[in-house]
Amino acid sequence: MTAYLIRNVSPVGGEPTDLLIRDGVVAEVGAGLSADDATVIDATGLVALPGLVDLHTHLREPGREDAETVESGSRAAALGGYTAVCAMANTSPVADTAGVVEQVWRLGREAGLVDVQPIGAVTVGLAGERLAELGAMADSAARVRIFSDDGHCVADPRLMRRALEYVKAFDGVIAQHAEEPRLTEGAQMHEGEVSTRLGLTGWPAVAEEAIIARDVLLAEHVGSRLHVCHVSTAGSVEVLRHAKARGVRVTAEVTPHHLLLTDERAESYDPVFKVNPPLRTAADVDALRAALAEGVIDVIATDHAPHAVEDKECEWAYARPGMLGLETALSIALDVLGPRWDLIAERMSRVPARIAGLTGHGLDPAPGVPANLTLVDPAARRVIEPAELASRSRNTPYARMTLTGRIVATFLRGEPTVLDGKAVK
Amino acid sequence: MIRHLLSGADLDADTATLVLDTAAEMATVAGREVKKLPALRGRTVVNLFYEDSTRTRISFEAAAKRLSADVINFSAKGSSVTKGESLKDTALTLQAMGADAVVVRHPASGAPHRLADWVDGSVVNAGDGTHEHPTQALLDAYTMRSRLGRLAGLHVAIVGDVLHSRVARSNVLLLSTLGAKVTLVGPPTLIPVDISPALAPGIDVSYDLDTVLPNVDVVMMLRVQRERMSDSYFPSAREYARRYGLDGPRMRRLPEHAIVMHPGPMNRGMEITPEVADSPRSTIVEQVANGVSVRMAVLYLLLGGSNR
Ligand SMILES: [Zn+2]
Repeated sequence: MTAYLIRNVSPVGGEPTDLLIRDGVVAEVGAGLSADDATVIDATGLVALPGLVDLHTHLREPGREDAETVESGSRAAALGGYTAVCAMANTSPVADTAGVVEQVWRLGREAGLVDVQPIGAVTVGLAGERLAELGAMADSAARVRIFSDDGHCVADPRLMRRALEYVKAFDGVIAQHAEEPRLTEGAQMHEGEVSTRLGLTGWPAVAEEAIIARDVLLAEHVGSRLHVCHVSTAGSVEVLRHAKARGVRVTAEVTPHHLLLTDERAESYDPVFKVNPPLRTAADVDALRAALAEGVIDVIATDHAPHAVEDKECEWAYARPGMLGLETALSIALDVLGPRWDLIAERMSRVPARIAGLTGHGLDPAPGVPANLTLVDPAARRVIEPAELASRSRNTPYARMTLTGRIVATFLRGEPTVLDGKAVK
Repeated sequence: MIRHLLSGADLDADTATLVLDTAAEMATVAGREVKKLPALRGRTVVNLFYEDSTRTRISFEAAAKRLSADVINFSAKGSSVTKGESLKDTALTLQAMGADAVVVRHPASGAPHRLADWVDGSVVNAGDGTHEHPTQALLDAYTMRSRLGRLAGLHVAIVGDVLHSRVARSNVLLLSTLGAKVTLVGPPTLIPVDISPALAPGIDVSYDLDTVLPNVDVVMMLRVQRERMSDSYFPSAREYARRYGLDGPRMRRLPEHAIVMHPGPMNRGMEITPEVADSPRSTIVEQVANGVSVRMAVLYLLLGGSNR
């Protein structure tokens, strides 16, 4: 194993220092370190964050390898500063058995760019009818702890209650895609002024809020852990605030795009802005930002959703919902939160690692800690060119936008996956 | 002049008035023995219809032919290729054929906007999903102006399924631009959320047709699809007709001079009774004839006439 000496880097909340990485862990932290066998990286002006952890990534493998693979998605993640991603279960076949989650987990290990932690489906085939073998997935080599039917809501309240109860046996958490399906039939975008003008069927905020309200009450009743995926409305924030005040064991995530973009983007009818839940209003964006800063929303998760060109370059109504996120998330967070590195580390690394039970991740560099970390140049600016992304898909809503902040290096257990802003393998 | 006509919002008051004035000139052609102008000779107009609408297609076809354009009718309905691929591929085909204008009808809102990104010629929206149908609004405005002599200051009630109506959206935008006052009437389930200011500020909404009728110059009845009943937008056809249908007694609540419009095709007995549809106040037949003149004006102005 090679040793790396990172010189003059700013850790979160601290003065510039040196970090020596050896044998996969942080060996020493301090000024003026030296090691003859180490590769030296001059990190003057760079910030060292604990490696980012994404609770919500779609890797598309198995089934849609034309849109993304575990390997291409892992590379995009590493370039975005991530050292671990949780892979959603809505693949084809669905990740609803020990076999499929182990396959995804193994592919992640082979790629070796980030830790790929599979999420298991809550119900067989995401059909919302009967529980998948949650225990078998938990006991598998993949050691699944998060379960989600993401893309679909577990709409049946009795089934949701059972799922919440059942996973207590192995400290699991149910991550809910909160969307009352009867209120969103045919929905194409946020229901409001813009949908009225564009003649696109609306997805009302209450369809999300009603499910979150129901689920926090269920979680409270059975004393279980609930995680709410991609919260998108001001009303949802209020429901979460209320639930947390009551001591409900609920956590929530928000995506970069819901923190930055509004439903007015749909005016172009360009489906790159079509996503589920949809982009909301400026008032919702403001409420989400405030909730994230306060901690009512616990984490930023990308909901990285790659799609092949033919699924996006078409009429709005026929396009698949979803946006790329892994390679741009940190820049959006920096834009939204400002250079509040402790808050960014909390929302994008420490807390998501805790929710997912990824004990080796989300740790600030200290002697003995696994060297999962990312070095950021906070001042660099870059223009997003879709063709240059590592993802196999091109559906970024930030095309040709200038974003601030660049990932210079990412280390996974002491080995660089990204150096000088380029993927190592 | 604008390059595409995708929305009623593409037209400012001057441009819209220019279209209506030009349509009035075009109407004189219809009265001639040889109903043809050489204005668009050598130009190609493609009618690209992803949805059946014989009357709209024929109206555009007649308009283009009266201007001596070459017309290609392309019915894309029923082609089972991946929908997205087919629109972009079709755009590339039209491009290769050198289409000067593409008249597009499509079941997806915004499809003409997408097409306009992919072709060099002018795109005319002939109805997209539940979004807009701007030439219908122009012909409605033309009809009102011919009957009532003006548009500014008119009070127009648009009645029925506003939520799913592209005709209503385009009319609201255009009539507001031209200084008319609009009141939308229907059951609350069929009036879109945030309609004002989404479309235009100052739009009134009423759920009570009877109180609105005595104060309007124009009442425009929209087609109501019976399928909406099974989706619980309203309880029954009978209840709908009783509360929001225009029958003889209701028509007599209108001021003497007021006219009754309908974009067709009508559900006689649902939103409108035969007595009303066939009365002298009804402009339904004129609307069809005016449609050709208005579409001639639109194609003529978009394609720059013979000057280009
Ligand atoms: Zn989701």
